[in-house]
Amino acid sequence: MSFNLAFYSAFFAVLGLVGIVLLGLGAHLYVIFGVVVPYVAVLLFFVGMIYRVVRWGRCPVPFRIPTVCGQQQSLPWIKRTLGDKIESPFTTRWVIVRMLLEVLCFRSLFRNLSVSLDKEGPKLSYFSNKWLWLWAITFHYSFLVVLLRHLRFFTQPVPGFVHFLDSIDSFFEIGLPQIQISGIILLIAVTFLLIRRITNPQVRYISLPSDYFPLFLIIGIAFSGILMRYWYKVDVVAVKELALSLVHLNPQVPKGIGWIFYVHLFLVCVLFAYFPFSKLVHMAGIFLSPTRNLPNNSRYVRHINPWNPVVKVHTYEEYEEEFREKMKEAGLPLEKE
Amino acid sequence: MYDGGKIITGLIIGVILLSFPFWYNLGKAAKFPEPKLTPKAKQAGQCVETKVYMKAHHMQLLNKWRDDVVRKGYRLYVGLNGKMFKMSLQNECLKCHSNKQEFCDKCHNFVDVKPYCWECHIEPKEAKGGK
Ligand code: HEC
Ligand code: HEC
Ligand code: HEC
Ligand code: HEM
Repeated sequence: MSFNLAFYSAFFAVLGLVGIVLLGLGAHLYVIFGVVVPYVAVLLFFVGMIYRVVRWGRCPVPFRIPTVCGQQQSLPWIKRTLGDKIESPFTTRWVIVRMLLEVLCFRSLFRNLSVSLDKEGPKLSYFSNKWLWLWAITFHYSFLVVLLRHLRFFTQPVPGFVHFLDSIDSFFEIGLPQIQISGIILLIAVTFLLIRRITNPQVRYISLPSDYFPLFLIIGIAFSGILMRYWYKVDVVAVKELALSLVHLNPQVPKGIGWIFYVHLFLVCVLFAYFPFSKLVHMAGIFLSPTRNLPNNSRYVRHINPWNPVVKVHTYEEYEEEFREKMKEAGLPLEKE
Repeated sequence: MYDGGKIITGLIIGVILLSFPFWYNLGKAAKFPEPKLTPKAKQAGQCVETKVYMKAHHMQLLNKWRDDVVRKGYRLYVGLNGKMFKMSLQNECLKCHSNKQEFCDKCHNFVDVKPYCWECHIEPKEAKGGK
């Protein structure tokens, strides 16, 4: 697919979503965008995630296919360092350690390399390239912090850890309302991820609308959130009344919340509804990756392919038992007399 | 399902974590804040700006006041209906809204913001009575 088509179709899709909300608000569809859409989105999210995970669970993994980079467990005199134990785990315990590193620190992305061909001669060189790792992990953690901070709208009383995050986030006490750094870092990081997709020719070549769409969506969410907090203020007390009434399953739409809130909320709802059916489902998929979650023990444990058909076997012992008399008559040698 | 036990356990943990807002509040009735006006404020009949504006923008107004006073040296602000206001947190906002606990704090506790202004600025007397 051409770059222009992929890029602009995703861009205008997100713009179209914003247009839909604005049209809807023009027609006073507050209940649709404040109640119906959020509930449908949350429902789709949970049902979709469960469906995807169960469907993955039903796929057999016929072979051990962990991709490892460490000395595997072997003879007792072959030494294994801590690194080997983590990178080539032998027991479930070490698999858990490996998974934690993968999920919390993006271990395998940290190994990311850039490949280049020398201009002078046919010489291929690999460089360590941590930029993707850096921005990816920055993006994911700032997203998490922003999401956790948003719990102040959905809980009453607000749990202590949310307030703790809030106070760290506004550590510099800049302006009023105070600038919360994670939201701004989120926007910067996701913008970097987009720029990378556009400027790196290899990545650009393989990028589809489904790669650009989530990026534009998240940029839209972060941008509308930041606009709402620092410029087009809304009545946050009313927002919290709406949010609490939603989680109490007793929905009421307070009057007078600004339009930008509904734009923000609608984009978030689209993100949640879209989540299970897109590449974003890697949030659950990471835990079900057979190249990460299997112990590397195929020299120790016999793994039987669950696909193997049941083969009826007739061992030599049984054969001899069956034809003993005839074999004796014919003078054939027998194992058991 | 292969490795069904582990996958279902993971799935249940995931669903429980992600549905946190839905079960955290169970059985706790939410009290929506109703900021109370003092007789003095009632008598004035209006705030610095319209009520709708104040609800959403009062922190920005305070920020502007702070900058205008501390950096530019202005002291007066023309508000709603051409009324003049002294740009001061203690001596203007909290002269009308002297019931800080029943007014400002009501909302702020609800949305979990704790303005740090009171580390330096002095709260009105009634606030001394305890939490
Ligand atoms: C209608 C409810 C309400 C009332 C009454 C109210 N506030 Fe607020 N205030 C809020 C909300 C909501 C926020 C947080 C907005 C946000 O998170 O963007 C806030 C934030 C603030 C902030 C910025 C805090 C920060 O750290 O960003 C200041 C300062 C502030 N209020 C001062 C006051 C003062 C002084 C009064 C009393 C004269 C008052 N407010 C009364 C709702 C209210
Ligand atoms: C002259 C007295 C007076 C002063 C000074 C004043 N207010 Fe008000 N304030 C009022 C009145 C009266 C109302 C109710 C307005 C209405 O109902 O239309 C009000 C309403 C508000 C509200 C909305 C409350 C709600 O129920 O949603 C906020 C927030 C607020 N004021 C904050 C402030 C802040 C911050 C300052 C200082 C910058 C301030 N006020 C200065 C009299 C005052
Ligand atoms: C580090 C101490 C400190 C903190 C914290 C602080 N201020 Fe101030 N503030 C001052 C000082 C000092 C002045 C100057 C007083 C003067 O010149 O009249 C001032 C002046 C002001 C003024 C104008 C003059 C007046 O009488 O109010 C406003 C408005 C103001 N601050 C708002 C705020 C707000 C809102 C907050 C909380 C978000 C805050 N300040 C936090 C120290 C502080
Ligand atoms: C994917 C989920 C979401 C993301 C990534 C997100 C992102 C953001 C960001 C970056 C901000 C700027 C301020 C900050 O850093 O906190 C913000 C503000 C805001 N968001 Fe969200 N948001 C999400 C979901 C929601 C939901 C579900 C609601 C509905 C209640 C909501 C309501 C708000 C409100 C009211 C503000 C303004 C806060 C303020 O004025 O203090 N957001 N959001």
